[in-house]
Amino acid sequence: MAPEKAVVLLDERVSPFGQRVRIALAEKGVEHEYREEDLTNKSPLLLKSNPVYKKIPVLIYDGKPISESLIIVQYIDDVWVHGTPLLPTDPYERANARFWAYFVDKKIYDCGARMLKYTGEAHEEAKEEFMENLKLLEGELQDKTYFGGENFGLVDMAFVPFTTWFYTFEFYGNFSIEKEFPKLVAWGKRCMERESVSKSLQDPLEVYELLAYLIKKKYGKV
Amino acid sequence: MVGGREVKLFGMWASPAVRRVEWALKLKGIEYEYIEEDISNKSTDLVKYNPINKQVPVLLHHGKPIIESLVIIEYIDEVWKHNPILPKDPYERAMARFWATYSEDKCRSAAREVFFAEGEKRVKAIKCLEETLRALDEELQGKKFFGGENIGFSDLVLGWMAFWLGVSEEVASFEVLDPNKFPWFTSWIDSFLKVPAIKENLPPRDKTVEFFHSYRRLHLAAPKC
Repeated sequence: MAPEKAVVLLDERVSPFGQRVRIALAEKGVEHEYREEDLTNKSPLLLKSNPVYKKIPVLIYDGKPISESLIIVQYIDDVWVHGTPLLPTDPYERANARFWAYFVDKKIYDCGARMLKYTGEAHEEAKEEFMENLKLLEGELQDKTYFGGENFGLVDMAFVPFTTWFYTFEFYGNFSIEKEFPKLVAWGKRCMERESVSKSLQDPLEVYELLAYLIKKKYGKV
Repeated sequence: MVGGREVKLFGMWASPAVRRVEWALKLKGIEYEYIEEDISNKSTDLVKYNPINKQVPVLLHHGKPIIESLVIIEYIDEVWKHNPILPKDPYERAMARFWATYSEDKCRSAAREVFFAEGEKRVKAIKCLEETLRALDEELQGKKFFGGENIGFSDLVLGWMAFWLGVSEEVASFEVLDPNKFPWFTSWIDSFLKVPAIKENLPPRDKTVEFFHSYRRLHLAAPKC
């Protein structure tokens, strides 16, 4: 058992990246102090803990800060070895998990965000890419309970916060995720049955209201 | 020697992502069969083993494919445990992964911007690239390698900057690798290139310069999408 040392999470409630870390900590049963950051007025601790990116989430354990959500989740798995494993034990399965987790970041989040931000041709291009990538992701899930098989793991944690963005994606993309990707929607619902997930995620309508406000403010798009 | 026929690597000679996997294999003394891919005419095998993005590198181990160079290197390190590439300590491992993803998320895109930009955009792009060099220079203070006394995961992933960044400077006529501005980083380049597994595994410089000249010309000539 890891000795009792302070665990502090610098985060922002609505961040899907922060939510990944909250889910991981909850899955492992790690007691921690949660500190909400005002990203318009970042705390000196945040700026000191993540001087390179100045972003949340940052996990501070025993005074040492770690940033980047997927790196933090793997770190949590390395430190709290006695809790639920967040990655498979087999190296090939681990490689597969890492690949798909980074796929969510590089391909899903990136295209999804572009689809929300842009209009016209750029929007259409982003939407097409987004749908293609969701198809690939659903292809990886198939009929498994979770991306990790019977075990809820890294890839599930990487993608599940974005299920609360589905409503927003559908609104701006003008398509139905349930119709196009029913397995992903069913998987999302299964994940929500886990307390670690339901307690960490935001309501989809709350997400929509916030994103719609930001999109209008930053890009003038309604 | 370990590996042999059970390890295959699909690659392309000029690609830094492929080389870093080869460096990892060499550091572990793993024998492998190398298959050179023609990127303009990809083999059916490559497409079969990497249907997701059809890119190199692809490592095949006992017939099972692993893709994405950072993922491949971690896999190699987990299967062949001698000569470790990632540190044992969880915090050090997280930091190694941090600088590796920094390389891919920030440094590569910054260098790419400079490589293809012209005029005012180029000036701006160079500033961004120099910011990344500053961050790396600071991280290296007091260290020979990112991994400490010996090269590790971050060194292998950042290794493209020790060779391909210099090539980019020559091809696109710019200069960022200034030892006065970035003494630790430029010193790291020298040390990194002296490591036998690296030194003996670099593409021929002239050929690489020529390749990237063509690559740049093609890209600048292409209609903007």
